Amino acid sequence: MQVALVVVLVLAATVVNAVVLSPMNLPGAPPNVLLLVVAALALVLGPMGGAFVGFFAGLAADLLPPADHLLGRYALVFCLIGYLIGMLRDEARDSVLLALVSVAVAAGVATVLYGLLGGVLSDGRVGAHVLVTTVPYSIVYDVILAPFVVPWVMKLARRTQPQVVHK
Amino acid sequence: MRDSRRTRLVLALLLLTAFTLITLDYRANGGGVFGSVRRTASSWFGPVERIAADVVRPVRHAVEAISSVGSNHQKLQDADQQISQLQQKLRNIPFDQQRIDELDKMLHISAVAQYKLVYAQVIAVAASDGFEWTATIDAGSMDGLKPNMTVLNGDGLVGRTTIVGRSTSTVLLAIDPQFTVGVRLPDGQTGYVSGRQKDAMSLQLIDPTARVKVGDGLVTRGSTNQTPFVWGVQVGSVVSATQPLAGEVQTGTVRPYVDFTSLDLVGVVVEPPRTDPRDALLASPVPTVTVTATVTATPPPPSSSNPSSNSGATSSRSATSSHSATSTHTSTANPTGTATKPPVKPSPNPSPGGSPAGRSGG
Repeated sequence: MQVALVVVLVLAATVVNAVVLSPMNLPGAPPNVLLLVVAALALVLGPMGGAFVGFFAGLAADLLPPADHLLGRYALVFCLIGYLIGMLRDEARDSVLLALVSVAVAAGVATVLYGLLGGVLSDGRVGAHVLVTTVPYSIVYDVILAPFVVPWVMKLARRTQPQVVHK
Repeated sequence: MRDSRRTRLVLALLLLTAFTLITLDYRANGGGVFGSVRRTASSWFGPVERIAADVVRPVRHAVEAISSVGSNHQKLQDADQQISQLQQKLRNIPFDQQRIDELDKMLHISAVAQYKLVYAQVIAVAASDGFEWTATIDAGSMDGLKPNMTVLNGDGLVGRTTIVGRSTSTVLLAIDPQFTVGVRLPDGQTGYVSGRQKDAMSLQLIDPTARVKVGDGLVTRGSTNQTPFVWGVQVGSVVSATQPLAGEVQTGTVRPYVDFTSLDLVGVVVEPPRTDPRDALLASPVPTVTVTATVTATPPPPSSSNPSSNSGATSSRSATSSHSATSTHTSTANPTGTATKPPVKPSPNPSPGGSPAGRSGG
């Protein structure tokens, strides 16, 4: 059940990214709903679940059109992000602010990581100058979107969670 | 967390898998398994994305419309400004064309008659209350003008300079009652033409036996030392003449060739030709018919062996005159010009290239 939810959320987020948000031509980088979904799920699922969700979400982002980069780049970045955010699961359960802050950090870190990876792989499209100008924008947009996306994704995920006893 | 070690193991595995994918895709360079996987994903998700896009498009357009209001406003303003600039340019085209024609006519005259012209523009005309007919032109002593020089335009005699300032001068127009010029009748006789009114001048002959008839063209005879009048400038045509009794001098009315109501570009003869053009200019009436065709660089036709001798600076302009030679009566003018030109001709010519080029901008 939860797996199905995760799959649906990830695919929907990818489509929304490509169809709704990117064509809007906002200044700087467009907001990344997929990242928000991954962060929200990670906050519920913990580090391992976050890593898995991140990996597959990233893979979806790499595969689905109009992606045009090496397969696996987003998988790597989102996997790491999912893991790191998942580490904050317990703390985030109590504090919404922490959740939002962590999402903002995740947005910045994801973009930077992606850029660094692009530099390592000699992707000409990513340059330090581009990073400097896009990171603030993506953080701002994601922070703006986060209150709309993260809480109910978390709620949905918790509702469909199999009854696990935390030890 | 209790699963931390397992979690980290899983994380490491996943990261490794991701890295492997990257490497494999990099080496496959878009082909291979990954290419086909991408194509499959594309074929599955393409339609989904297309449907979603159709759904979202109206909303997106609305948002774009709102967000681009500011830039659209600016674009509209820029476009409006551009439109009014272009409209102004369009409106100027007939005027520019007219000036081109005027200049060409004067170039023709200067080439055929070998005048050295300084071009100027009429910037002011005295109030036409009938008492005086003068005009101000924007050339002066620093352009080489002196008092009592002949002023002409593409149609004929305009007047003579009277007061020359540093950068402007006053021209006494030919229609002013105080203006008098000696003219040459077609049969070689002499007469005097004075200004009378806006479109008519009075002609008076000297020799009681000389006769003119209606339609005869008159050119300036040329004063002593070519001051104030150089020879050969066309003045006007006789429109009426008295029929005097024997022993009386004939008089008549002359309509000037120049339209004094629309003076714009004029040329001041700063250096007269070496030889008398006689009727050379009269024999080449109304070059306007051919001039527009020759504005673009036409190579001189073979008959232009004459103009090429003075091609020093006037090469393009002599091409103009020689081309018009083939279509109007100037074919008679050129041989006349050739015959009267001494072989030493080229020396005054390099200078005509200098000043007209500088002045033709108006």
